[in-house]
Amino acid sequence: MRFATSPAPHLAPNHSVTTLMLRVLLALVPALLAWVWFFGWGIIFNLLIASTVAVAAEALMLKLRGRPIRRHLMDLTAIVTAALLVFCLPPTTPWWITTTGAVFAIVFAKHLYGGLGHNPFNPAMAGYVVLLISFPVEMTQWLPPRQLVEDGQFPGAWAQLVAILTGELPGAATVDAISRATPLDVMKTELGMARTIAEITADPRFGDIGGYGWEWIGNGIIVGGLWLIYTKVIRWQIPVAVLAGVLVPATFFYLLDPGSHASPGFHLFSGATLLCAFFIATDPVSAATTRLGRIIFGVGIGLLIYIIRTWGGYPDAVAFAVLLMNMAVPLIDRYSRPRTYGHER
Amino acid sequence: MKDLHGFPGGLALAPRKAQSTQQPLARLPLGFEYVLPLLQHEGDPAEPQVTVGERVLRGQVIARAEGYFSLPIHAPTSGTVTGILPRPIPHPSGLMAECIVIEADGLDEVIADKASIEDPSAVHPSRLRNRLRECGVAGLGGAAFPTHIKLNPTGGRKADTLIINGAQCEPYISCDDMLLREQADEVIAGTAVMLTALDCPRALVAIESDTPDAMAAVDAAIEAAGDERIQRVMVPTVYPEGGERQLIQTLLGREVPSSGLPLDVGVICHNVATARAAWRAIHHGEALTERVVTVSGNGVRQPRNVIARLGTPVAELIAFCGGYTDSVTRLIMGGPMMGFALGDDEVPVVKGTTCILAADESEVVSHKEALPCIRCGECSEACPAGLLPQQLYWYAQDRDLDGVRDYHLFDCIECGCCDVVCPSHIPLVQYFRAAKTEIWAREQERRKSDIARERYEHRQARLAREAEAKKRRLEEKKKALAERKKGDSEVESEIDAIMSRVKARKKKDD
Repeated sequence: MRFATSPAPHLAPNHSVTTLMLRVLLALVPALLAWVWFFGWGIIFNLLIASTVAVAAEALMLKLRGRPIRRHLMDLTAIVTAALLVFCLPPTTPWWITTTGAVFAIVFAKHLYGGLGHNPFNPAMAGYVVLLISFPVEMTQWLPPRQLVEDGQFPGAWAQLVAILTGELPGAATVDAISRATPLDVMKTELGMARTIAEITADPRFGDIGGYGWEWIGNGIIVGGLWLIYTKVIRWQIPVAVLAGVLVPATFFYLLDPGSHASPGFHLFSGATLLCAFFIATDPVSAATTRLGRIIFGVGIGLLIYIIRTWGGYPDAVAFAVLLMNMAVPLIDRYSRPRTYGHER
Repeated sequence: MKDLHGFPGGLALAPRKAQSTQQPLARLPLGFEYVLPLLQHEGDPAEPQVTVGERVLRGQVIARAEGYFSLPIHAPTSGTVTGILPRPIPHPSGLMAECIVIEADGLDEVIADKASIEDPSAVHPSRLRNRLRECGVAGLGGAAFPTHIKLNPTGGRKADTLIINGAQCEPYISCDDMLLREQADEVIAGTAVMLTALDCPRALVAIESDTPDAMAAVDAAIEAAGDERIQRVMVPTVYPEGGERQLIQTLLGREVPSSGLPLDVGVICHNVATARAAWRAIHHGEALTERVVTVSGNGVRQPRNVIARLGTPVAELIAFCGGYTDSVTRLIMGGPMMGFALGDDEVPVVKGTTCILAADESEVVSHKEALPCIRCGECSEACPAGLLPQQLYWYAQDRDLDGVRDYHLFDCIECGCCDVVCPSHIPLVQYFRAAKTEIWAREQERRKSDIARERYEHRQARLAREAEAKKRRLEEKKKALAERKKGDSEVESEIDAIMSRVKARKKKDD
């Protein structure tokens, strides 16, 4: 009897890019629920808009580049990029801003560099930075958490949708009027006005350790992130290194002068620190790949986050920190090779 | 219990061994035709010793070893040699190679066995090695490397540990497990002989944690033998634990140097079935003519382990195990990780055949659609050799052969772990094999061109030398000629002088 042959190994692969990306999306669900609870339904609309645009842009680019469209769309990477971008945007971001970010992420940051696996920069962060520079006002117009707004004043699902589609809330209230700075923004400006940490954090927008509401989103991200580590979608080195990179200097300066430096807990549970540690910095394509390299990469991001937040011009610094470290990846990988079996160091 | 050191990476694969261990070992009935390839291992093929039409007996040498890296081939049963011709052999290339074909006569007459070496410690180790060589004993773990070579430490190096490898880490394969369950005493006896031959103080018999029956049998056999040099060690069930380098690292924490041998770190490694074959050869004078083979997978009706004569066509093993199921799609010799697919079930069982895996669609992958590498690094997490397969892949794809070497391509043991964990389904091992082959080919090419260049240079030098010699000869000749000319002119002048004298006299006379 004759048989077809194929080269070893014959065992089927135990993962696919699709299942990995699906798990990343699932791991975002706890944080998403917390987000909706505190900031309303806007993020859901943003997710739909960004995913649709990202998938359409991906399909268009694949067609232009003559790549198999279906196989690449099935890998879900475009949707993950869209989701990570949206998690960084204010809940009522107008649709054209979201679209701009998603298109830039997919077309410029991903496909013009060669598509899946070839982009040196994290596409979501590249898209976010473009938005941050192009739409500085809109990018800081965050709604306060629902629980901090007087009854009936918080925009519901419909009102947020209108704001997203038109740029203005229905009725008399304007986005500008209702939105307020995030805890990180407040911290940055008020510290600049020489107020003490105790005075600043007396504001209800600050919760027990971080920002009110943000803490719970952070908890959701930790749950999802730990699950990703448990299922080996990501490895522990980058999250731990990023968090250490933020927490070590934060603790040092906090202990040195607690009056003018935010607590390590605040740095952890405000802004996108946790999202960065578990979901953004762990994007495999643009991160370092060796074990030691991942630690260097993560620590670099963490330190840059703290440095830019504390002494730089932006309240949060995740996107810049990630993009800066992305540039260093080839060098890190080159000099962090593991020792091969049977070789001297 | 010894402290284990473990090895990095590796995979916990579904063992799938239970299907072939439900039934005891069974001996395959005699067949009609046996096919014996002249080369069953790395090294040099054997030289046929029989002619077509000759009658042979079981255990008779039908091809003798040619050179040190060679083993004789023995007739697996009595019968008539019907041909010495190229036949398909079990090899990844699917090529044909020279084989001796024997038609069995069904009598299974055995040639007189060699005398037993009753006390192996009383004879010189070289005699034991010679016996193993005469009996064709080879590594039965898969590589079929001649055993006598591995029992002959060279360069004054001495082994402090003999490892007997009973860790069959590939899924499905259970032939060593079954052999240990039924013949652990002979394995332990063989181990003791090997220790004596090596003058080595201790042996570690490594058994995987998921084969408790084999472990119990080994423990009982060690106790019965009362040999304190031999110790049984349980190793974790993780692929590729049974890889020689990985097992040494797990047991002793030593690493075999790149492009070195286990002996460089004081270790010799033999498979359990090899130890038994060594015992049979030394104590019974028996040549290696059969081995245990696992026949398993969803593609065969009654998976089990069989004792098959070397040279038996694979099809006969399958038939003995109830034949193929309708769903069979792949026939693999060896395990699903490192075994190779057979194009034809007429190829024979050889010394290195551990397993025949008849797999269906659900067990093996038939077609992989690769996406680009997403640099997730899972391949390097899984690599037991500490390589960076994703970087190797970039270089291999670019055909940057210096790059792949720089990233230690030749330390890749082709275990396939990276391939199985790759979420982009990239056939990494294929890339690495291709790159290795290309480098080898280039090296050969370079060697050839080196030789050609050398030859050319030699020729140029010779031509120059000849030209020089010719020139010298010519000059010498000229000189000689000039001498002679000078001589001639002297004569002439003499003649002239005489003539003038004669003329002058004539004038005077006139």
